[in-house]
Amino acid sequence: MSLYPGLDAPRSKNYKQFWAAVFCLSIIGIIATTFFATKSIDYVWRWNTVVKYFAYQDNMETVAEIEGIVASITPNGLTSNVHVQGVGEAEDYQVPTKGLVVGVNDYVYMEDVLGSEKKWKVGLMVLGLILTLKVSAISVVLALIIGILTGLARISDNPALRWTAITYIELVRGSPLLVQLMLWYFVIGTLFNNLLAAWGLSSIPTIWYGVVSLALFTGAYTAEIVRAGIQSVHTGQMEAARSLGMSYSEAMGKVIMPQAISRILPALAGQFISLIKDSSLLGVISIRELTKITREVVTASLQPFEMWIVCALLYLILTFGLSLIVQKLERSAI
Amino acid sequence: MIVATNVNKYFYVPEELHALKDASLTVASGEVVVIIGPSGSGKSTFLRCLNRLEYAEKGEITIDGMSVLDPKADINKIRAETGMVFQSFNLFPHKTVLENITMAQISVRKRSKKEAVDKAMMLLEKVGIAEKHHVSPSKLSGGQQQRVAIARSLAMDPKVLLFDEPTSALDPEMVGEVLDVMKNLAKEGMTMVVVTHEMGFAREVADRVIFMDDGAIIEEGTPEHFFTNPENERTQTFLNQIL
Repeated sequence: MSLYPGLDAPRSKNYKQFWAAVFCLSIIGIIATTFFATKSIDYVWRWNTVVKYFAYQDNMETVAEIEGIVASITPNGLTSNVHVQGVGEAEDYQVPTKGLVVGVNDYVYMEDVLGSEKKWKVGLMVLGLILTLKVSAISVVLALIIGILTGLARISDNPALRWTAITYIELVRGSPLLVQLMLWYFVIGTLFNNLLAAWGLSSIPTIWYGVVSLALFTGAYTAEIVRAGIQSVHTGQMEAARSLGMSYSEAMGKVIMPQAISRILPALAGQFISLIKDSSLLGVISIRELTKITREVVTASLQPFEMWIVCALLYLILTFGLSLIVQKLERSAI
Repeated sequence: MIVATNVNKYFYVPEELHALKDASLTVASGEVVVIIGPSGSGKSTFLRCLNRLEYAEKGEITIDGMSVLDPKADINKIRAETGMVFQSFNLFPHKTVLENITMAQISVRKRSKKEAVDKAMMLLEKVGIAEKHHVSPSKLSGGQQQRVAIARSLAMDPKVLLFDEPTSALDPEMVGEVLDVMKNLAKEGMTMVVVTHEMGFAREVADRVIFMDDGAIIEEGTPEHFFTNPENERTQTFLNQIL
């Protein structure tokens, strides 16, 4: 079990059970404290309001657009064809058979409801979650590519490449993501979109500015992790590969990189978990990801604590999922 | 096959060191040359200069007529013709034994997968570990790993094989199995340059023995001459110390 078995005397018989019990008790303690804390504040908890931001039933009504008499109703599968005969005009409406509220020979006025249907719709929180997932997934892939390329440039002989990598890493890693986001969107984005407009092209959707700035931000950290990983592989590996006649890039790609990547997986997982949480800043450039949506939902529902806790849980699902994937990769890499 | 003339090598880190002083060596095709000498004498550096793992600042080295030190030389081609076996094996730990041997065949020699596998299996048979072809190198003993490393070099059909203290990292009982493989190669007429401390091997297999000390080649001769009546005083001292 232990990483260094045998260096210390064997544990006593009940060692495991005792500390497992300690763990369980502390967890129960934390939960109980949290529970009493929620009771003691002056706040009415309404957890059921959360549900409608995940899925809700929308009432879809079909209304008459003319005044007249319902001349005929012809069932046609799940919907029925309602023929309304007015003075000098007639209309046909497709109304769900189950939700019909008019009968033949009923007289209807304009805006009268002919029938209604309840339909399940995806709630705002889910939409936010999907957008966060999408932005994060694309950014993770881009960040990994940027990180590997910059990491390679960082150890290159070529001063232009190396200094560019260092400048990029220090600049991006050392400044707040919020500032970078605003610069990307409001300064570079405006310039880009103006140029595109001048050439008669449509502007780039906001989400891509978010993705690029997130990927560049995380890429700077990833580059240093990648560099450390490459440097941790013994130089003998490169010498062996080169002495077989492989080129530098071949040896790097087939011999050094696979070993480096499998060593840095835990660090990469941490970085990409950070990326998922950093995506919560994209709201400032009006990308409606999970945090931005939560803000909106809080305003609408007036139940801030429930919404923010749910928001945190959703992030936890994403980050824990990523963590599981990386753990699986780690096991298969050994 | 190998012609090295007045090779000079300097190291500047941590301080300036004249590691090779006008070392010259000619190895004919099919010849086995053993380089011996005390540690720090420059023998490994000299060997590593031969396929440019270290760049010699001054001098001239050609392998099979190709200039090694020419900046425009296709070094990858020269290295493919010059197998190298390391003290620490340097097998690729993320690949199986078989993949270790097929990898460069496929990417450098442009062989088909099947050709490469056939060749690898033939060589593993030759070094006596064909049954281990699917395992990871870390599962093998040191002697087995070194034999895989030799097979990996041989798979490129090199014209020369360089051995950099191939048995120094091995447990004593495993030295024999690696030396046996090397003896067989010598018998088959492979051109070999071997840096080693195995005097038995030098005496038995070498066509020529070279003694290096302090970055220079001090004495050169047949094993017989070398081990019975060395001329140079430093050679005598060295041999007295280890024999």
